[in-house]
Amino acid sequence: MSKRRLDPTLLVGLVMLLLLALLVGLGQIWTPHDPFLVDYGNTLQPPSARHWLGTDDLGRDVASRVMAGGLVDLRVALICVMAPALLGIAIGALAGFVGGRVDTVIMRITDVFWAFPFHVLVIAIVGVLGPGEANLYIAFLLVNWISFARITRGEVLVLRELEYVQAARSFGSSDTRIIAAHILPNAVTPAIVYAMADVVLTILAVTSLSFLGLGIQPPTPEWGLMIADGRQFMFDAWWIATAPGLAIIYTGVTFALIGEGLDTALRPKG
Amino acid sequence: MLTYILKRLIQLVPVLFGITLACFFLLRALPGDPATLLLGARGGPEEIAAMKARLGLDLPMWRQYVLFLGDILSGSLGRSVVYGQPVISLVLERLPATLWLVAYSTAIAVVLTIPLALWSAVKRDRAPDILVKLVFTVLLAIPSFWLGLVLVVILAIWVPLFPTSGYGTGLFSRLHHLTLPAFVIALATASLTIRSLRSGILNVLGSDYVTTARAKGNATARTMRVHVLPNALISSISVLGAHTSWVIGGTVVIETVFALPGLGSLFVESIFARDYPMIQGLTIVFAVLVVLINLATDIAYALADPRIRLD
Repeated sequence: MSKRRLDPTLLVGLVMLLLLALLVGLGQIWTPHDPFLVDYGNTLQPPSARHWLGTDDLGRDVASRVMAGGLVDLRVALICVMAPALLGIAIGALAGFVGGRVDTVIMRITDVFWAFPFHVLVIAIVGVLGPGEANLYIAFLLVNWISFARITRGEVLVLRELEYVQAARSFGSSDTRIIAAHILPNAVTPAIVYAMADVVLTILAVTSLSFLGLGIQPPTPEWGLMIADGRQFMFDAWWIATAPGLAIIYTGVTFALIGEGLDTALRPKG
Repeated sequence: MLTYILKRLIQLVPVLFGITLACFFLLRALPGDPATLLLGARGGPEEIAAMKARLGLDLPMWRQYVLFLGDILSGSLGRSVVYGQPVISLVLERLPATLWLVAYSTAIAVVLTIPLALWSAVKRDRAPDILVKLVFTVLLAIPSFWLGLVLVVILAIWVPLFPTSGYGTGLFSRLHHLTLPAFVIALATASLTIRSLRSGILNVLGSDYVTTARAKGNATARTMRVHVLPNALISSISVLGAHTSWVIGGTVVIETVFALPGLGSLFVESIFARDYPMIQGLTIVFAVLVVLINLATDIAYALADPRIRLD
């Protein structure tokens, strides 16, 4: 067996993730200033030695808020991808394995959902439920599973015809065992790769919702909200919206690189 | 060709029906209570009951769905609580701005996608390919609402090339007003489409007829022009079609940032106004828009590629 080398893209992504996790983790126990501390004598200050990324319109330290806000966005984005991913993988595996009428019904449902623009459906659901973190989870769970179901079903359809699965069947393995031991471990690879790309899109969607006022609510430090706050000061105090914007981009690139790297590393050779 | 179009139109019926069902159950079966949300703290139990009756929320589910379907089939899409007008009249008022934005941003996305995807594919794994990939990985991660704000500061305030908001009248002024928002949506779209088209072109480059053309001694430029480019253009239609829903979703946020009088900003306004019939009606309109644009791209694709319509 040849020595496996870590894909360079994956390596860069993982190093960036480590750095992000350290900063966000540190933000939970220590920040340069109290991220909630309002200081009217110190509003809209440009970046300085005391306030590395300046202060916002309420005199709060932007750097501290970017650090503290990371946890909310990462938590929401990861849950909003992982929970629907599990649901979608289960539904997709079921559709692909059982086939027949079950498959047809599930696929028709995904076709219909596919027609709705992702943002529109999430915003509509949050609009009916009201804003807030818990409702974001419901909205994304209802919308985000579709892609995972479609991807997994496609994989399962291919895998279940392969010789090793047929062999397991001829040995008398039960359906549950065939799915759990032989099909799922191989079928989830593309879903995992997609999940990383989906984290990028979901972070954008979550911060957009907060920016619009439909996601995380103030005074929680959150990147989308901070950009909304900084919007009216873009000209006089560009740093308020710039720092959280760059934080979102950094996070997005991190997960995009990990997705890309995993895709290369996990794709069967040959 | 006609058979193909007819077949596609017939396939549309169950999808549209499914859209109404999905929209209804997603928005009604959820635990939220629109009447209470609409009235907020002001609403006493009687007012809430009256609002429920007005919105038809006191009826059994199946009757609510029948009424909802009736509103759609009658063409009114329901009545806005805030404006007191049929939803459809507000939709028609706001539709042009959104269509302009979608068309303009798609045009920009095409102009970005085709040459960059070709360049990337031809120079596969070499510097230009890696550069394009890197730039568009970063672009994909940029929140469009943030990029919109940044571009407004740079290109509308510091260097006043473009207006900060609004929609303009007349073709030139309209395109001028829509350039920044369309560009922001186009960048996000292109970061997805360049990648798909690149792999499409790589498939063409690896195909037998291209190898044959090369073996016959055709120059690279000629092979590209005659054999690769037409196929690349054709697959770019389907690649863009696959991202329609993405573009339309993007208009919701961008219209709000640039204060454009389109469906997206109407949608966000309706969410804040708790205009429940409007939210429902607009959700349907957005889905129908996606379905119709997909249909149009499928037909265009079939016109351009005989393999599809004869399938």
